Amino acid sequence: MPDRRLIILAAIALAAVIAFMTVDLRGNVAFVLHLRGLKLLALLQVAVAIAMSTVLFQTVTANRILTPSIMGLDALYLFGQTALVFTLGSLGYASLDGGLKFAAEVLLMIALAMGLLWPLLRTRMDMNLMLLMGVTLGLLFRSLSALLSRLLDPNAFSVVQMASFANFNTLRADLTILGTIATLGAALLCWRARHTLDIVGLGRETAIGLGIHWTRTATGMLLLVAILVAVSTALVGPVAFFGLLVAALAERLMQTQRHALLLPAAALVAIIVLVGGQTLLQHGLGGASTLGVVIEFAGGLVFLALLILRSRT
Amino acid sequence: MIRIENVSLSHRDMPILHDITLSLEKGGITALVGPNGAGKSSLLSLIARLQPLQTGRILVDGLPVGSTPSRLLAQRLAILRQDGAVASRLTVRELIGFGRFPHHQGRAGAADIALVEAALEQFELQALAERFIDTLSGGQRQRALVAMTFCQGTDYMLLDEPLNNLDMFHARQLMRSLRSIVDERQRTAIVVLHDINQAAAHADRIVALRDGKVIADGTPNEVLTEDNLELVFGYRMQIMQIAGRPLVLQHL
Repeated sequence: MPDRRLIILAAIALAAVIAFMTVDLRGNVAFVLHLRGLKLLALLQVAVAIAMSTVLFQTVTANRILTPSIMGLDALYLFGQTALVFTLGSLGYASLDGGLKFAAEVLLMIALAMGLLWPLLRTRMDMNLMLLMGVTLGLLFRSLSALLSRLLDPNAFSVVQMASFANFNTLRADLTILGTIATLGAALLCWRARHTLDIVGLGRETAIGLGIHWTRTATGMLLLVAILVAVSTALVGPVAFFGLLVAALAERLMQTQRHALLLPAAALVAIIVLVGGQTLLQHGLGGASTLGVVIEFAGGLVFLALLILRSRT
Repeated sequence: MIRIENVSLSHRDMPILHDITLSLEKGGITALVGPNGAGKSSLLSLIARLQPLQTGRILVDGLPVGSTPSRLLAQRLAILRQDGAVASRLTVRELIGFGRFPHHQGRAGAADIALVEAALEQFELQALAERFIDTLSGGQRQRALVAMTFCQGTDYMLLDEPLNNLDMFHARQLMRSLRSIVDERQRTAIVVLHDINQAAAHADRIVALRDGKVIADGTPNEVLTEDNLELVFGYRMQIMQIAGRPLVLQHL
C-alpha cells in the first residue's frame, strides 16, 4: 500500500498540473492546450530529472548538502553558451540548429562526467578527490565564461544572461519529447535500483559487506546522474539549487532514507514546486520573472536554513 | 575454512602485513589480539574484500576473494567495521533488516522478517526497534550494528572490535551471545579484541599479531604466556589461572 504522505503529495501535484493546464484558458483552446501541454511535459521531465539525480548523488556521495552541480556540468553548459555567443555573435547563436546544439551539449556534458568518473573506476580513486576535481573544473569553466562575457557587447551579454537561467518559454517539441524519453529511462533505472540505493547509503564499507560491487555501482549511479542532469540542463538551462530544495523537503516530509519512498516523494515535490511555481508566476505575478530566478532564490534560502539547522544540532 | 596464503600489504611504502599465512577452520571463535597498528583490522578488511589484495591470496570456502562476485561472498561472510558510520534517518529495525539484503536483494520475505525479529530479541533491542539510529547512544548503535551483522546469517562473521563503546554488562552479553550463536549454529566468528581477558575467557583460538606478523597462534592457554605477551605488547604481565582459563593482569 502506498504511503499516505505520498498520496497527498501526488494529489497536490495533480492539482498543480490541472491548474497549469486550465487556469485562464481562453482564445484558441486547442492551440493553448497544445502549447501548455508541451511546456508541462518539459516541466515534468526537468522536475523528475533534477529530483532523481540529486537524491542519487547525495546517496552515493553520502552528503546531504551536495547537488550534482558540484560536478561542474552546468558550469560547462554555461561556458558553452558564452563561447558560442562569443564566437558566432548573438545572431549566429540564435540561428543555430536547436537539435544539433541539444545533442552536442548532452554529449559534451556526459563526456565531462565520464572524464571525471574514469579514474574513479580504474584506480580506486577517492570519491572526494573526484568531487574536488569537479569543483575545480567548474570553477575553471565559470571563470572562463566570466572572462568571455566581459568581452561581449551588451546585446550579446543579455543573450548569455537569458541562457544562464532555466527557461521554460522557448521549447522545441521534438527535443522535449526526446529529453522526456531519456529522463523516463533513467528514472526507471533509478527506481529499479531503489533497494540497492538504500544499501549504498550505508557507506562504502558496509555496502561492500552486504554484497554491493562498490566501484561498479557507484560509477553507474553517478553516470545516471550525469545523464539526467545533462538532458535537463540542455533542454531548459541550469537549475542549481532546485535539487537541493527538493531533496531536503522530501527527506523532511518522509522522515526516512528508504529510496522506495524518497525517490517518488522528491519527484512529486519537484513537480509541485516547478508546475505550481510556473502557474503562480504566469497567472499570479503576470510573468514578471523567470521561474529559474525564483527557484534559485528559494533554493538558496533552504540551503542556508539547512546549514544553520545542522550546525545547531 | 578461510585460507590466507602469503598475504602482504603495504600502504605508501609503509608495510602493514608481512607474508601472513593462516588457516581459520570452520566453527568456533578466533580472537585477533595485538597492539595498535599490528594489522588486525587490515587483515579483516582484506578477508572481507574492503580493500584489494596486493600480494598473496585469500580463499573463503575455496572461493578466491577478489574474483568472486561480491554478493556470493556476502552470503557466506559478514563484516562489522570499527567505525560503522551509518545514515541517520534509519530505524534500528530497518538497519538490522539490511543485513538480509544479500539474500533477498530488497524483497524481504516472511523468513527474513522473522530473522530480524529474532535478532532484535537476541540483542535486546525490541524497545529501540523504531528509534532512529542518530538518536541512540554509541553503545546502543554498536549493538544495532552487531545485530545487523548477525542477521546476515553467514557462516563466517568478522567483527572488528565489537566491544567498542559497550559497558561491562553489554560486553559480556555480546560475547555470550556470540558464544551461543557459534555453538548452536556451527558458525565461525573472527573477532578483533582489545580486552585480552575477553579473548582468554571466550575464544577457542587466539592469534596474536605484532607489526604485521603472527607472533603466536593457538588456544588461550598456549598463547597467553608471559613471554608471548611481552613479545606482543612490549611489557611483562602476570597471568593467573581461573577455572582452567588464563586471566591476564594486564592493568598492573
